[in-house]
Amino acid sequence: GAELWVWFQPTVTDVDKAWKELSNILSGIFCASLNFIDSTNTVTPTASFKPLGLANGTDHHLLRYAVLPREVVCTENLTPWKKLLPCGSKAGLAVLLKAERLFHSSYHSQAVHIRPICRDASCLAVSWELRQTLTVVFDTFSSGQGKKDWSLFKMFSRTLTDACPLASQSKVYVDISPKNKEKELLEVTPTPASVYEAIVQGDKRTYAVYDLLSPSLFNTSRSLNVQLKWKRPQDTELPTPVLHAQRYVSGYGLQTGEISTLIYNTHPYRAFPVILLETVPWYLRLYVHTLTIITKGKENKPSYIHYQPAQDRRRPHLLEMLIQLPANSVTKITIQFERALLKWTEYTPDPNHGFYVSSSVLSALVPSVIAMKDVDVEQSPLFTSLFPSSDGSSYFVRLYTEPLLVNLPTPDFSMPYNVICLTCTVVAVCYGSFYNLLTRTFHVEEPSRGGLAKRLANIIRKFRGVPPL
Amino acid sequence: MPPPSPEADAALRPLQDVSLGALTMYVVPETSSLLPQGISVYVGKHRGALVRAGGGLAALRTRLRQLTQVMSFTASSIAAALSDRVPDGQLGPDARRHLKSSLGYEITFSLLNPDPKSHVVDWDIEDAVNRYVQPVLDKLSLVANFSVDSQILYYAVLGVTPRFDKESSSFLLSAHSLPHVINPVEARLGSSAASLYPVLNFLLYVPERSHSPLYIQDKDGAPVSTNAFHSPRWGGIMVYNVEAPAPPQASLPLHVDVDMVRVMEVFLAQLRLLFGLSREELPPEFLLESPGSEGLADWELDRLLWAHTVENIATVSTTLTSLAQLLDKIGNIVIKDDVASEVYRAVASAQSAMAKLATGHLHSAFQASKEAVTSSERAFFDPSLLHLLYFPDDQKFAIYIPLFLCSINKEKTLVVRGVCDPPLLLCR
Repeated sequence: GAELWVWFQPTVTDVDKAWKELSNILSGIFCASLNFIDSTNTVTPTASFKPLGLANGTDHHLLRYAVLPREVVCTENLTPWKKLLPCGSKAGLAVLLKAERLFHSSYHSQAVHIRPICRDASCLAVSWELRQTLTVVFDTFSSGQGKKDWSLFKMFSRTLTDACPLASQSKVYVDISPKNKEKELLEVTPTPASVYEAIVQGDKRTYAVYDLLSPSLFNTSRSLNVQLKWKRPQDTELPTPVLHAQRYVSGYGLQTGEISTLIYNTHPYRAFPVILLETVPWYLRLYVHTLTIITKGKENKPSYIHYQPAQDRRRPHLLEMLIQLPANSVTKITIQFERALLKWTEYTPDPNHGFYVSSSVLSALVPSVIAMKDVDVEQSPLFTSLFPSSDGSSYFVRLYTEPLLVNLPTPDFSMPYNVICLTCTVVAVCYGSFYNLLTRTFHVEEPSRGGLAKRLANIIRKFRGVPPL
Repeated sequence: MPPPSPEADAALRPLQDVSLGALTMYVVPETSSLLPQGISVYVGKHRGALVRAGGGLAALRTRLRQLTQVMSFTASSIAAALSDRVPDGQLGPDARRHLKSSLGYEITFSLLNPDPKSHVVDWDIEDAVNRYVQPVLDKLSLVANFSVDSQILYYAVLGVTPRFDKESSSFLLSAHSLPHVINPVEARLGSSAASLYPVLNFLLYVPERSHSPLYIQDKDGAPVSTNAFHSPRWGGIMVYNVEAPAPPQASLPLHVDVDMVRVMEVFLAQLRLLFGLSREELPPEFLLESPGSEGLADWELDRLLWAHTVENIATVSTTLTSLAQLLDKIGNIVIKDDVASEVYRAVASAQSAMAKLATGHLHSAFQASKEAVTSSERAFFDPSLLHLLYFPDDQKFAIYIPLFLCSINKEKTLVVRGVCDPPLLLCR
């Protein structure tokens, strides 16, 4: 899907009008169908989002959030995204981003963030920072004959040749963290000039760093093709993250159903709170009195609930809760709903595919198992923006659950034609009989002598002695 | 001592009628020293002019008529304003070159640097815009709203490879390859998606080190002195060559500081040409005062307003006629009350604009014509016009005609028999 959230400045008088204009302009710039954002899928969350960068007030009436779960990201979204880069796709790391390889992947996500930041350390002037992220998951296991080796050329079908001359930093980080303290499990070529260690999401990770701006990198060969080979086959078990979630719809029939969300906290001894934001369209009528939150068999009361009921065809449901997750537990949140019958012009062109419910958003400050040291923004801008942590003991995580696909009771769209045909036939039959009763007259008809052929046949029959026709 | 015509013009200004569209002409004696030798008409930068009397009344009348045609509108300038609606044969070659009348314009200044490894280009665009462009736009603010922005694009190449000329040891772009230059660049400029108003692009191109210096050739093969060209209704491009090409061993990248005065002179001249304010076809004895930092004289602004008012009224009539023809063709369109009131308002404003034009009140005529255009566009592009009453014609024919066909003919033909007999057979 496509997600858009905007904090407006306090000087804006009509936030809804500005929101509509902004979503339409962004839709034109990024070739994404953001112009379908209107009041039926826009909400005003109160606690889940805070303004990024420098911001003064946090009046949540200036925030708008909308999700379009049916939109897919495609090449026409990648092209304007690449146009925003200063060097475009002509130099630097963006040379690798060609659409035919990027979309041969299991997961693809693009994001653009704009926030105000201090121009320098004294913070006398404010600049706007544009951050663009691209997340792609390549499945080299199934395409690489069962081996997990990869290289830049295999993934992108091209290699890096130079850095963008306008960049102040241009680096490639490769995760070479040893698992279970075993060394020599994998090998990276060419040999990295330096190695960087960081605590990322509560885990100690080691990265091999390739700096494209350093002149020694392209000394031996004109192009850089990073390759990773696994020395020994290793187990495919990945560590589970501390916080993860699932969501599904249960129930039978086309009248009622139940949405269940499962939130897992796998931290061994720390409990932490999480904010859950759910946006449900108006045609699934939620029964809030059936909302139950159960942890380890006992009821768990949230410390903050904000619920805004839906208005038919105007506003969706908004449910925001602050839930405390005990250590090493599973929390199940269930709420029942009833499906509404839409007007026949409101159905999408393929109504039997179903209607999408956008994913819910979980925001949490997860405590980390290992103490993290404070990293300077100037030294490693990538790590501080990707994995932000305000103090050394916890890091901020925003999770999205799966979107749901729900069937609504669908009418048979060929019925209007059938009804017209049937009614007209009945009317025709009744009218025809009535007309006959009123206007049918009987008159005697002289039997005709018959044509030439009949007279000839009668003559032959008289000769044969058979009765005439 | 230079003749004191500018001072005379400034001194006479408080006596004049300064409303838009009015012109005052002072006839001075033939021997007066207010005008320089050999000049018989002096046109000031406000709405006044000094004419030297001489050669009899007929010559004076001719001179006054020529002056009116220069300072105010002519038949050909009005025809040029209506150029989209006039058949091709009646127009001169210069028609369809001027910008269409619009409620606002967006001006974008772009610096194109195709070779950032060799050149690091700095231009102080904000200061240049405030100092040179803003006074002109303030003067033009009566005509439309203007907004200005700027950008720097890297790795943006012109679509044409220039050819190397051995005699001047420079690269040349010939005149017939210029139309192909704009298209590849336009895809990168990208401001049309986000703006409501038409965009005027002014590009400053710093050629690559391997293609320096680059000159533009005109039709005769001589290099153009300003090294710039403009495309009507789109904008202009200027090629800025890096001075004193550095020796090959110089350390790259070279630092280039753009001389904004030279650049802004060219861009402002192109802006005037885009709006149709050129000062070329003048009789030899006329002298025009230079408008200074404001960029255009008051009477030039009036000329623009006359043309735009006429064009607005023509646009309103075309739009409303199209809407009426559409309603004639498709009878099923639902017209809501607010669309109808917009149409009435457009018609009333257009009529009042024409009445005010006939009496010469240019300012109120222009405001009325702008309101008329806004109302007519709002009525024509209203999304509620797309809703049709759901009673399609083909269903009417397919279902109801056969039903009632049976009762029409007493002499039953074969076809009617085939249609009507099945239902009637059931009744026998």
